[in-house]
Amino acid sequence: MNKPKLILFGELTDKKVNVMSSFFAIFAGLLFGLIIMIITNANESFQAFFTILFGPIGGLKSIGKVLFYSTPIILTGLSVGFAFKTGLFNIGASGQLIVGAFVAVYIGVRWTFLGPSQWIVATLCAGLAGAFWASIPGILKAYRNVNEVVATIMMNYIGIYLVTYLVKLTIYQSGRNESQRVNIDAVIPSFGLENIFGPRSVNGGFFLAIIAVIIIYIILEKTTFGYELKAVGFNRDASKYAGINEKRSIILSMIISGFLAGLAGAVIYLVGTGKAIEVKDILPAEGFDGIPVALIGLSNPIGVFFAGIFMGYIREGGFLMQRFGFKTEIIDIIIASIIYFSALVIIFKEFILKAYKNKLDKKISRGDNNG
Amino acid sequence: MDSIYFIVQQMLIFSIPLLLVALGGMFSERSGVINIALEGIMLFGAFIGALIIRLIQNNVSPALLSSVGFGQLVLIIGLLTAGITGLLFSLLHAYASINMKANQVISGTALNLFAPAIAIFAARSMAITGDTQKVPFTNQFLIRKVPLLGDIPFIGDLFFKQLYISTYIGFIILILGYIFLYKTKTGLRLRACGEHPQAADSAGVNVFKIRYLGVALSGFLGGIGGLVFIITTSTEFNASVSGYGFLALAVLIFGQWKPIRILNAALFFGLMKTIASGYSGIPIIKELPIPSEVYKMVPFLATLILLSFTSIKSQAPRAIGEIYDTGKR
Repeated sequence: MNKPKLILFGELTDKKVNVMSSFFAIFAGLLFGLIIMIITNANESFQAFFTILFGPIGGLKSIGKVLFYSTPIILTGLSVGFAFKTGLFNIGASGQLIVGAFVAVYIGVRWTFLGPSQWIVATLCAGLAGAFWASIPGILKAYRNVNEVVATIMMNYIGIYLVTYLVKLTIYQSGRNESQRVNIDAVIPSFGLENIFGPRSVNGGFFLAIIAVIIIYIILEKTTFGYELKAVGFNRDASKYAGINEKRSIILSMIISGFLAGLAGAVIYLVGTGKAIEVKDILPAEGFDGIPVALIGLSNPIGVFFAGIFMGYIREGGFLMQRFGFKTEIIDIIIASIIYFSALVIIFKEFILKAYKNKLDKKISRGDNNG
Repeated sequence: MDSIYFIVQQMLIFSIPLLLVALGGMFSERSGVINIALEGIMLFGAFIGALIIRLIQNNVSPALLSSVGFGQLVLIIGLLTAGITGLLFSLLHAYASINMKANQVISGTALNLFAPAIAIFAARSMAITGDTQKVPFTNQFLIRKVPLLGDIPFIGDLFFKQLYISTYIGFIILILGYIFLYKTKTGLRLRACGEHPQAADSAGVNVFKIRYLGVALSGFLGGIGGLVFIITTSTEFNASVSGYGFLALAVLIFGQWKPIRILNAALFFGLMKTIASGYSGIPIIKELPIPSEVYKMVPFLATLILLSFTSIKSQAPRAIGEIYDTGKR
C-alpha cells in the first residue's frame, strides 16, 4: 500500500511537521511583535516592521554585524541544543560561557609569551574551562541523580561570583571596574573578513562556529558515540540495559555542551574592540540566548546555525528600526513570544495534521488514494 | 548588640521575598507543575506594582508622601496589584503546561524572557524617566518602630523596628499556606495531584483545576514577592530582580518543598545575603579574610551540595513536570 502523500509538502514526516511548527512559531512571534508595535505607534509601525525584516540585508556592514551577533549565540545554541538532543536541559550555558571567558581573557592578558598562537591557546582553554564547569552538573546528574536544570542554574551563579572574584584578584583594571584588555596576539584574527565587512565586525570566530556546527552534526548523526548519547537521552534505563555506559554518556554530553559554551565566551571577549569582563555580577545574555536558538533550530546543528543567524538578523533589524522611535526591546518580545509559541507547538501540529487530513479525505472521496 | 539587631533586621528584609516566592513555587510544584518562571513573574509583578505606587505617589500632596501610615496603605495597594499581575502572567504558563501539554521548562523559560522584555519596552516607551527603564518611587514604607511592641526590650529591637509591613505579611502567608496545604481538603487534593494525578483523578479530583490553582497561587505570591524585593532593597524598579526568582527556586528545593523548611532555608539564604552585602557593618566578619563573593556563592553552593545528598531519594513531588494525560490512566 502506498503511503498517503500531501501534494504541497510531499510525504508528511514528524520531522517536517516539527520544522513547519518552528516556522509557524516564528511567524506568530513576528505577528505578535507587529501587533505590539501597532498598539504603541500605529503610524510608523509597518515601516519599522519592514525595517526589522529587510533592513539588515541593506549593506555589507549590516550583514557583517548580523554575523558578528550570530557567532556566540550559534555556539551557545549548539551547546543547549546538543544537551537537548541527549536529553539534558543545560540552562547553564551562561555560567559555562563566563567561566570560559575568564580563562580566555586571563590567558589573553597574561600569557604573552605564547606569541601568535596566544589566541588559539586562549580559545581552546576557554572551551575546556566551560567543559569543566558543565561536567560538575553532569557528574551530579549521573551519580547523584541531581536534576540538571537546577544544578546548572546554581552553577551559573557560582560561576559569575567566582569570575567576579578572580577578575578582581588577577586581571583587574580598577579604574574601569572591569578586566584588562587582551593582548593583540590574543585577538581572534579576521581571516580576511575585515576586508569584506570592515573593522569591528564579524571575525574568525564565525568560522569557528561553522566548524563546531559541522563537528557536532557529525558526532550526532554519523557516529556510534553520538547515537549512544542520544539513546541515553531517550531512555536512560533502556540504554543501560542495551550495554551503554549511561553515566559516562551523561557526563560526556555535558562536557561537550560546556565546551561549546566556553568557546562562545572566547569568541565574545577575544576581540579587538576593547571588550572586557565587567565586574557587575550579571550573567551574560548570550548564554540565555542559546536557549531560544536551540529551540527554534529544533536542536539540530544545522537548524541551530540558521536560527542563530535569524536571531542575529532580527537583532540587527531591531537596531536599525530604532530610527522610527521604537525601542529595541521589541526584538526581545518577539524572541520570547517565539519561544512561547514553540512551547504551544501542539496547536500547530494539530493544525497541520488537520489540513493534511482534509486534503487526504478529499482525495479518498475522489477515489484517488494511490498518489 | 547593635550589630546583632542589624543582622536580624537585614536578614528579614532579604528573607521575606525569598519566603514568599518560594512558597508560591511550592504550591505550583506540589500540584505537579514545574515553575522556573518565578524570576519572570517576580519581575513583572514588581514592574506593575512599582508603576501603581508611582502613580499614586505622583498624585497626592507632599504631606501624605512623608506619612508612614499612608505609606502602608500605598504599599498594600501596590502589593495586591503586583500579586494580581503575577497571577495573570502565570496563567500563560498554566495554559501552556496544563492545557497545551507543553514542556514546562520551555514555557517557564519563555516567561522569563518575556517579563524583562515587556517591562523595559513599556517603561521606555512610556518615557517614565527619559529613555531608561527605571521606575522610581518614594520609599515611605519603612516602619521605624511599631508602637508599643517596639518598646519591648530585645524582642522589640529584633522584630518590631526598622522593618516593612511585608515582613508580617510574609509570616501570615506562611501560616495560611501551611494550614491550606496540610489541613484543608483542597490542600490534600493539590498534594495528590503532584504525587499521583491519575489516582487523584479517579478519586474525582479535577486535576486541571487544581493545577491551575497551584500555578495561580505561585503567580500571586511571586508577584507580591517581586514587589517586596524591590521596595525593601531599592527606591526604583530597574527591570531586574537580580536573580531572586532563581534563588527562590533554590530555597524551594533546599526547603524540600515543605513550608517550615522553606522558612528555614529562606532565613539561611537571607543571612548569607546579609553577610555578603552588609559586610562592613558587621565588625567580626569584616576582619575575616573572606571576600564577599564567597558569601554570595554560599546559598547556591549549599543547595547544590544538599541536592547531591537528597536527590537519590528525592522528596520532590513525584509527578512534577509530568504532563497529565487523561488517557494514560
